[in-house]
Amino acid sequence: MRDWNTQARNRQARLARAAALARANGGKEVAAADAGALLEAVLEPGDRVCLEGNNQKQADFLARALAELNPEKVHDLHMVQSVLALPEHIDVFERGVASQLDFSFSGPQAGRLAKLVSANQIRIGAIHTYLELFGRYFVDLTPRVSLVCAQAADRAGNLYTGPNTEDTPVIVEATAFKSGIVIAQVNEILDSLPRVDIPGGWVDFVIQSPKPHYIEPLFTRDPAQISEIQVLMAMMAIKGIYAEYEVNRLNHGIGFDTAAIELLLPTYAESLGLKGKICRHWALNPHPALIPAIEAGFVESVHSFGSELGMEAYIRARPDVFFTGPDGSMRSNRALCQAAGHYACDMFIGSTLQIDLAGNSSTATLGRISGFGGAPNMGSDARGRRHASPAWLKAGREARAGRNLIPRGQKLVVQMVETFREHMQPAFVEKLDAWELAESANMDLPPVMIYGEDVTHILTEEGVANLLLCRTDEEREQAIRGVAGYTPVGLGRDRRMVENLRDRGIIRRPEDLGVDKRLATRDLLAARSVKDLVRASGGLYDPPKRFRNW
Amino acid sequence: MEKLTFEFFGGAPVNATRAPALVGVVGSGNLEVLIEPAELGGACAVEILTAARGFGATWKAVLDDFFTRHKLADVRIAINDVGATPAVVALRLDQAVEDFLGGGA
Repeated sequence: MRDWNTQARNRQARLARAAALARANGGKEVAAADAGALLEAVLEPGDRVCLEGNNQKQADFLARALAELNPEKVHDLHMVQSVLALPEHIDVFERGVASQLDFSFSGPQAGRLAKLVSANQIRIGAIHTYLELFGRYFVDLTPRVSLVCAQAADRAGNLYTGPNTEDTPVIVEATAFKSGIVIAQVNEILDSLPRVDIPGGWVDFVIQSPKPHYIEPLFTRDPAQISEIQVLMAMMAIKGIYAEYEVNRLNHGIGFDTAAIELLLPTYAESLGLKGKICRHWALNPHPALIPAIEAGFVESVHSFGSELGMEAYIRARPDVFFTGPDGSMRSNRALCQAAGHYACDMFIGSTLQIDLAGNSSTATLGRISGFGGAPNMGSDARGRRHASPAWLKAGREARAGRNLIPRGQKLVVQMVETFREHMQPAFVEKLDAWELAESANMDLPPVMIYGEDVTHILTEEGVANLLLCRTDEEREQAIRGVAGYTPVGLGRDRRMVENLRDRGIIRRPEDLGVDKRLATRDLLAARSVKDLVRASGGLYDPPKRFRNW
Repeated sequence: MEKLTFEFFGGAPVNATRAPALVGVVGSGNLEVLIEPAELGGACAVEILTAARGFGATWKAVLDDFFTRHKLADVRIAINDVGATPAVVALRLDQAVEDFLGGGA
């Protein structure tokens, strides 16, 4: 007779090994000093483990405990986590506790990750987009043990995440309902919680960490660092894309290019009469740079992947705009916001490091395996979308004009780059560094962030290339060269063909869009410093110390 | 540092009494552009002092396009560059010309 209950019995065995460590009170609370012993008791070699590493909130105490385990007892773990942010996320491999990795993004640890991969200390299964990795949690990468992070717990193990809910719900759901074990680190243990984000019945152990968990202010951009070129590009974006397509539902990437757009809404967009006509609904982290636009009445709603440090009181005071709980603080959710951004938004606009002649875009550079942020899910046409909107329909019409195809819409995916990055690195290249990286790290595919077939517009200081209107690969290549400035790719343009594309409105220069370059100064920004943002928020925004210089 | 010079011909002379114009700042990723009238026998002379070596061809391309936009003669342009991108260079040159020609005679 086959045993159909091996996972639950294995879970019971693990719980039994850990029973002595849990305090009598509900049997869930474990002392911080016993964290290592708890992990050793519940983990088995080869386990799939999700260590909650988010964009912002980090299960840093549990990460340290895991990295310090004795690799003779716990080894060959298979880590499945969205973000590698902390040194400990790499230490677990270096120390031999873990050996296999499936992930999405590794920004700050990208260099070390690449080194350990080439030293064969990390085997990468795949680099995923967020929704893809979360999807696999429920298919073939279900965690056996998850180490998550919350603001507070009560005695029954209920968790309160506060505004940085982020990945916690999706991780716990996948683990708890497949006989896995969930361990949470919390900043405090309370008698009653402001609200319950994760039901206690899904949580096995709770540890109060000696220090509050770390949160990275990933989405704060100091307006003082926005350049005039970025102002010029933001003007072109607003006039040439947002207004023309009536973009009302959107996601912005991270970076100064899109922060400039946010800061031009109450000034430039307002002067064009666009309030109430563009940018009303957002899938976006609570960017401080969005405060002036919110205050000016541009923004009706914002749903967020995670929160942003310092924005708590402001969000609490603007519940009509943000998603908040009965306790007043925000509830974010990376999986749901990624789904919202993919299916319910008409546009993604963001920066990148390299664009090739087919419009493929990548942030991969040699020696760094950085993975992807939210861009691939946001910046790809949602093939499963069926509802219409003016922006979606217009993009679809442009892509299909003159072809005998059934009508359908298309998402606007805009890549916004200066032709040269710092140190004169060209943003346009014949061949992406991703190819070389794929070869050196033995990847199946070059890691492309946004595929050229999904990109609808490329915006540089030289102009906007509308790839929807291109009908041949050659036109597409010349449209890209035609906005690539003085990079070798740009200098390699066929000038006659580029002028022809310009006549057809496929390439448009600032003057073609009616954008006055003389206005492209920092005076056009609704806030020119972090202090201006604080002022715009009525003193509610409380920026992290590193962004304060007053 | 690298010093580069370019000369363009075929422009229209500007009024020799025009006041010089100075735009930009000498700061990382930025540049300073001084534009002034000069007796150059109909030439537009550009002198560049740049912190980034080896970009002569890029400077030439940016200045060729600049001269196509603004056909100046008997003008001297002095540039002090601290690694500005071509985008910044082109914007500053346009601003300098606007100040120069837009300003009082």
